[in-house]
Amino acid sequence: MTVNQAQALIRAVEEADSSSRLLEAVQHLSAARVTAAIPTLIAALGYNNPGAAVAAVDGLILIGEPAVVPLLELLDGYNYGARAWAIRALAGIGDPRGLDTLLDAAKNDFALSVRRAAARGLGKIRWEELPSEQIQPAQERSLEVLVQVSQDPEWVVRYAAITGLQELAKSLILSHIDSALQILAHFDRRVEEEDNLAAIARIWLAQKEIQDYTKEILNSQGDETVSTLDIDWQATLEKLYARKRREEPLREGDPRKFRELAAAICSAIA
Amino acid sequence: MSELENLEAFETDGSGNGESLTVEAAIANLSGTDLGQRYYAAWWLGRFRVSTPAAVDALIATLSDESDLTPDGGYPLRRNSARALGKLGDVRAVPGLIACLDCTDFYVREAAAQSLGMLGDRAAVPKLIQLLAGGLEAAQPIPGCPHLAQPYDAILEALGALGAAEAFSSIEPFLQHPTELVQYSAARALYQLTQDPVYGDRLIAGLKNDKLQLRRSALSDLGAIGYLPAAEAIAQTHAENSLKLISLKGLLEHQIDRSPFERLSEGAIRVMALMDDLL
Repeated sequence: MTVNQAQALIRAVEEADSSSRLLEAVQHLSAARVTAAIPTLIAALGYNNPGAAVAAVDGLILIGEPAVVPLLELLDGYNYGARAWAIRALAGIGDPRGLDTLLDAAKNDFALSVRRAAARGLGKIRWEELPSEQIQPAQERSLEVLVQVSQDPEWVVRYAAITGLQELAKSLILSHIDSALQILAHFDRRVEEEDNLAAIARIWLAQKEIQDYTKEILNSQGDETVSTLDIDWQATLEKLYARKRREEPLREGDPRKFRELAAAICSAIA
Repeated sequence: MSELENLEAFETDGSGNGESLTVEAAIANLSGTDLGQRYYAAWWLGRFRVSTPAAVDALIATLSDESDLTPDGGYPLRRNSARALGKLGDVRAVPGLIACLDCTDFYVREAAAQSLGMLGDRAAVPKLIQLLAGGLEAAQPIPGCPHLAQPYDAILEALGALGAAEAFSSIEPFLQHPTELVQYSAARALYQLTQDPVYGDRLIAGLKNDKLQLRRSALSDLGAIGYLPAAEAIAQTHAENSLKLISLKGLLEHQIDRSPFERLSEGAIRVMALMDDLL
């Protein structure tokens, strides 16, 4: 797309004189996926036109990373109408710079549609984009907030928190098995306490998705095939721990290092 | 559309809303002299699902209240009590609600029909069918009147919810009613009575209606009947995500109810995938 084409699409949004023309213009601009569109799409979040706002959120998610800072700046301002839409866009992008905003929104926003979008977004954070020493503390904070939000008074917010916890458990399964296990134990408790059938079904699905993902990890690396229909978590965890140990470089002084050395010496002597 | 009350339109947490009451105070207020407090107490007991026998008895007693009467013949307290009783699930309210179907106030009849559908007691069926007598001819819009002669949509939906197969021929003509909302209610009821996809598909077509209010109504109807073939159309219609999620929740719950021995049916997984994307 040339600069002129992009400018024409932006002008079409600015000059739209009816709500249906505005919607159409925002859809076209969103589909173009150009960074020059960011200010115009962000402005469209505040036009009090839900159709245009949905299209603008889609467009901002497509653009992704370059839209994060402008979105965070918008949230610092006073445009409450645009706030909910900006949270949705941040949730869809998954950039870890939005983490604090999503944590706060999931826990404290008065609008359930914002809490639910933020809870969903916490499961989509791309943790690998954080400096490595910040990943674990950030995941721990998200885990704590999602556990709390999974007990929100509104069923749809609890439902969203379950999707967030599911994705978080998958991110944690190799790096911090204990935290992943904590999520599975939390699901076991919640499914007993939950009275909403849709939320219960979503917990069942989350349990299955985490199982399937775990099997996939183990099977893909030539570990023993996990084929039991009902996964035995105890045995599976042993395998995951073994897998994790293999992937960690051995520390100085680790007896296994000595064993390798001894074996090398033995074979050299022989 | 009771669950709508909890959504976008009234986003604030109910517990922080308005005057806070205790159960005892609400029941006492119902028979007090302050009309405003009586009206509020009836709503409050329904909103917070206070289904104790004392609360239900007090609400039933107000269904024949004469003190709260507006100049144009409305009975506000009766309306609120009739609505609340539908939410409390106590079938002892059924006779009083059936009597309300004869009330001179249209909105009391409407609230009673809705609540009778929710309470699931078939005792109401003959009286509900009787209100459809006269068919389409009696059900034409009245010039200058904001509502029809009877709350036809609520009556049709109640007959569907009660599984009143004997009402089929009384309901069927309403598919041709000039008001689309009434057509949808008829399609919804007929689907519940027959499980014939023709009626479910009629509601899917409603998701493409030009008017947002009608698309919302079709969403609510499809959720109520749990019509799985509508799942993708629900996800794609132009309406608020919150309403689509409620509609899909209806489909999901229906899938679980019909396959109690299979935790995750193919249909349930399909619906949840659509719901996830709407969060």
